[in-house]
Formats: sequence, structure tokens, C-alpha cells
Amino acid sequence: MAFVQQSSPHAHSARPTSRVMLWVLIAALPGLLAQTLFFGWGNLINVVFCIAVAIASEAALLKLRKKPVAFFIKDNTAAVTGLLLGLSLPQFAPWWVSAVAVISAIVVAKQLYGGLGSNPFNPAMVGYALVLVSFPVAMTTNWAEPAMLWDGAPGFGETLATIASGQQTAVDGWTMATPLDEYKHKITTHTAVEVLNHPTFGEGIAKGWEWVNGAFLAGGLLLIGLRIISWHIPAGFLGGLIVMSLAFGNNADLYTPLSLHLLAGGTMLGAFFIATDPVSAATSHQGKLIYGAGIGILIYVPGAIIRTPWRSAFCS
Amino acid sequence: MAWILRPERCVIGIEDNKPEAIAALKKATEGTQTEMAVIPTKYPSGGEKQLIQILTGMEVPSGGIPADIGVMCQNIGTAVAVAKAVFEGTPLISRVVTITGEAVREPGNFEALIGTPIEHLLEQAGVNQNAVSRLVLGGPMMGYTLTTEAVPVIKTTNCVIAATAAELPAPPPEQPCIRCGQCAEACPMELLPQQLFWHAKATEFEKAEHLNLFDCIECGACSYVCPSSIPLVQYYRFAKGEIRAQQAEQLKADRARERFEARQARLEREQQEKELRRKERAKAAADAAAKKQAEAEKAAAEGDAGDERAAKAALVEQALARKKAKAEASRPPAPNEPPAEEKPDIEALEKQLSQAQSKLETMQGMLDDAKAQQADNVEKLERAVAKNHDRVKRAEEALAEARQQLAAGATESQPTH
Repeated sequence: MAFVQQSSPHAHSARPTSRVMLWVLIAALPGLLAQTLFFGWGNLINVVFCIAVAIASEAALLKLRKKPVAFFIKDNTAAVTGLLLGLSLPQFAPWWVSAVAVISAIVVAKQLYGGLGSNPFNPAMVGYALVLVSFPVAMTTNWAEPAMLWDGAPGFGETLATIASGQQTAVDGWTMATPLDEYKHKITTHTAVEVLNHPTFGEGIAKGWEWVNGAFLAGGLLLIGLRIISWHIPAGFLGGLIVMSLAFGNNADLYTPLSLHLLAGGTMLGAFFIATDPVSAATSHQGKLIYGAGIGILIYVPGAIIRTPWRSAFCS
Repeated sequence: MAWILRPERCVIGIEDNKPEAIAALKKATEGTQTEMAVIPTKYPSGGEKQLIQILTGMEVPSGGIPADIGVMCQNIGTAVAVAKAVFEGTPLISRVVTITGEAVREPGNFEALIGTPIEHLLEQAGVNQNAVSRLVLGGPMMGYTLTTEAVPVIKTTNCVIAATAAELPAPPPEQPCIRCGQCAEACPMELLPQQLFWHAKATEFEKAEHLNLFDCIECGACSYVCPSSIPLVQYYRFAKGEIRAQQAEQLKADRARERFEARQARLEREQQEKELRRKERAKAAADAAAKKQAEAEKAAAEGDAGDERAAKAALVEQALARKKAKAEASRPPAPNEPPAEEKPDIEALEKQLSQAQSKLETMQGMLDDAKAQQADNVEKLERAVAKNHDRVKRAEEALAEARQQLAAGATESQPTH
């Protein structure tokens, strides 16, 4: 009887990369759900589209590089990149903006640097930054106004049509500036109370966005509980942001308040899903704390000037 | 062992997944110097350096052994064997072997005599021969695979795992490293497995060695947790092997270089000695030739003119005379020919004298040279000079005596004639 010959160790029981990525996808679902509920079908359509384009472009590049396609697609990392972009892009962004973002993310920021494990920057954020700089109009005018999915938001067909039509500016009636944008622009001329009267803020802190961030926070905590990610990067990120906001921008009449920073924008998504990309992040625990804090601090600095997903994108 | 070593503390560490053993040990160590410590079950707490750190808080220094910090660590089996040998006088002839794996029906611990075939033990444990895909001697993390069951139990056989294919499957193919850092979290020696992996892969062995590659105990914790299924321990073994081979090559090269250099030095020394001897000989020859030349010139001057032919004729005459003298000298000396005897005697003596003188001059010259260069053979040359001096003296004396005799003989012979 021929026994298997192998040198030690013989046991292996770790969560493979594909499983890790799958959990990231699952943990992002509450956030996606919240976004769909409060802002309409846009995000969902974008996510599905971006994931599809991501997998397709990765397969194409792997073939060009003569690597085994199925082996690398199976690790779900392209899917996660597509997901992150779908969550970050404006709801009514034209399809070609999403496509350019995804393709540049996968092809340029990931495969051209050597594939999985070799990218110096988070590919999703590279893609985002690229389209933000290249198509400023499309990226700033297509944010949906907060409107419940069943009441007020444009229907599935309408959303799909808008995205598919590829027009740069969506219908005015559906779009609105984001809360952070709004606050930052108006606070120079109005008081805090007046600014907060704007419908984008709603009764709570920032209509819709607070739920979204809460959902991403929940998903992030799930990942920490499952030990998929460690708490160091999110803690550093949020800590840095909080410290900077309290130290330098404590006056709500002059600066965007901390609550808005934390709950209105891509903060939670950035802290738990984007900054924690293991390939581009620090490796040791102390390193992760410093890395997270650096991002948090950097995000605050242009915070009054730049929109959050952009901030997270450039800073991470 | 405590009697020999007289330690300050004696501790038995036991993992908390063995409650019966803990209870038994607790009872056994009551009232003795030996303490018992229950530690959490976490691989690899059983490793020597790890156990020492857990039980005493002391770290064995990198590249060192426990004795360096005053600790001795022995496993229970060894302690029992020592006790048996000292108290009962029995040598180590049996040991406890654990038979486990999903292919055996009744896994358990067996006390087996050294030399028992593993096959027999497996049968005792109820092995299903068809289900065994891998036979491991040792644990699942650090054991080695066997090619056959027909091997005996030896003193270091601690465990045999008869594993099915599902229990210990073939490792999945290696994926790219995602730099998650789990390996560094898992490493019990606090090394940097990720960095060691990069350096081993790029064959940058000095960098790997610098990161304490040789402190790796090959426990396998890092590869166990790797999400990309990278066979880290195999990479480290490869790197260690290459480094050792390089060191052996370096040692060989160093020794070869030393031999070569020694040989070169020896050859040079011999060369120099040869040169020196050659120079001496050349000098001596030159001196002798010079001397001859001087004599020839002198003879030419003494001969009627600075005529070369006359000088040559004189030389030839001298040579003939010498020859004659030799011939006469070889004849048995007749008592009635004292003058004839003495005459060639004088010539011979003169010749001897001149030779001795020339040799003395040569030696003197060499001595002066040697003194000037402060060479080693100054003493030798001085002795040689002294010897030649004596020789010259004796030759002179002999010559004087002969001349005297000749004169006496001449005066004597005259009256006889």
C-alpha cells in the first residue's frame, strides 16, 4: 500500500482567502440593503454591474497573463472590488463611469502590478479616484436624494434606464447634494441651525446616511467578531478622525460637526471595508493602528473640502 | 535528576485537556518538591522553549539552549526511564506509544517494547488497512511520513497516526500571499514568517538568516493559519538547507585557500634558499676564477715579460711540475732520497698553502657579505673562516718546516756528496 509522502506539517485548517472574501461580501449586505432602502435601486444595480465587469476584466487579464483563470477568480477578490465600487459610486452614475472605474481598478491597480497580493493601493479606491478626477460632473451631480424605496425614489426601471442611458447628469428631481457637501458649503454663510434645516439632513443627523453608516458599522463589527479583520485599523481610523474633529473643528457653527463626519458619508464603509484591505494595509498590529490613525487624520484635513468617499479613496 | 541537579524549582507542566492525568499528578506531587502547573491547551506549548517561557517566564536566548539560562527540560518519558534505571536497575526497553488516526478503530496509548513493529501496534488498535492514506510518525504538525508499516518502535517513537485521506488531505495549491499577517501572530518564536517567506522565495539567504531563520522550530503554526495555503515551513527548510550548504562550501573554500597559501609560501621559501645557494656558489666560483686570473697574471708578470705565451708556458710548466711531483710522491719514499722527497713536498705544500689561502679569502668574503646582510649563517661562516684560517696556518708551518728541512738537507747532503 503506497502511503502519501509529504514533509510536515500535515494539518492545515485556515479560512482560505475565498472564504474570507465571501464573509466580507456578506458583511457588506446590511449596508447595501440600507442604501437601497433609503436611496433607491441605484446602488444595487451598480453593485451587480460592477461585480460582473470586475470578474470579466480580471478573467480577461489573467488570460492575457497566461495564468489559470478559474483558480484566481475563485478567490472572490475581484468580486469584493466590484462590490466596494458599486457601494461608493453615485446612485445615478452613468454605466460607463462605473465601467471605467472597475476596469481601471482591476486592470491597472491590480493585475498590472502583479495580481493578488502585489497591489500597492486598494484597487477599488484607485478606480474611484480615477473617475472622480476624470468625470467630475458625473461624479458630483448624480447622488440620489434620500427617498424611501417604496415612497419617492424612482422605480427600478427608471433607475436602470437612467444608468443605462449614460447621460452625465441625471434628472434634477431625484438628485441632491450629499449632507457633508451641503454642510460644508452652507456653513460659511449660515448658522448651524439654518443649515441643518435643509431636507438632506432630515430629522436625525443625516437622512438616510445615518442608517447606511450604522449598517456598515454593524457589518464591520461582525467581521471583527469573526476575526476576519482585526480591530486595529477601524479603531485607528475612527480614533484619528474623532480626535481631529474634536480638536480642530468643535464649533458646529464653523465646522462640520463630528456626528456628520462619522455618520454622513462613507466613513464606516471606509473604516471597516476599504482601509482594511490586507494587501495594501500595514501588517503588524501596531502598524495597523498607526496606519488607521494616519488615514483618519488625513481624511479630516481636507474634510471641509472634499466629499467622503473621495476622502476615503485618496487617503487609503 | 533533582538529586543530581539540585534545582531551585521543579515544575511539571500539563495541558488542561487531560483531566485524569492532572488529578493523578496532583496526588503524586503532594508534599514533594515538584510542583504541577496546568496550562491552556495551545499548540505548541509542548515545545521546550515555549514550555520554559510559559512555566517560568524566562526566554531561552536566540541560538542558545535552556542550559544557558539555568533551566533543564526533560519530558515525562525520560524522567520515568531515569527513575526506573536508578531505582529498579532496568534499562529503557519499553515506552508508551500513542496510536491514533481515523483509520484505527480503537485509538489509544500502548506501552510497547522497543522493537515492536508498528504494524503490530496498528493491528492492536484495529486499523483499517484500506482506509490508511498517510502514515505519520510523530504529531500531525511535526511528524514525518512513513513509507511502510514494517518499522520498529524506537526510543523516540511517540505517536503513530494512521490517517485517512479526508483527515489529512493533500494541501491545496499555493496562492499569492495577501499579507494578512496571521502567520506572524501565530509564530511561537515571535519571528516574522512573512518576511522569511519573501526572502526564502527570492533566495536572499543573508537577509533570512539575519531575521533569525535558524530560531524557527518548524512547528508549522504559520502554515496552519495561512489563508493562501502557502507551505511556509517547506520554504524555511529549503532556506536553512541552502544556508548550511553555503556555509560548508565556504569552510571548504577557506581551508583550500589556507592550504594554497601555505604551499605558495613554502615554494617561495625554497626558491629563495636555492637562489641564495646559487649566489654563493657563483660567488665562490667567481672568486676562484678571479684568484686564478690573479695567479696567472702574477705568473705572467714573474715570467720574463707580460708575454702571454710566456705566462702560459709558465703555467704549463707549473702543471707539469705538479704532475711530476704527484708521480714522485706516489712512489714509495726511498730513505736515500730525502732531498727529492722534500722538493716535491715543498711544491705540494706551497700549492696547499695557496689553496688554503684562496679558500680563506672566499670564506672571508662570504662572511663579510653575510655580516653586511645580517644573514642567518653568520656563525657558520665565521666557523668556516676560522677553520680555513687554521688550515692556512698549518700549511704555512708545514711549508716553513719543509723549507727548513730542505735547507738542512742541502747542507747535510753537501758533506755526503
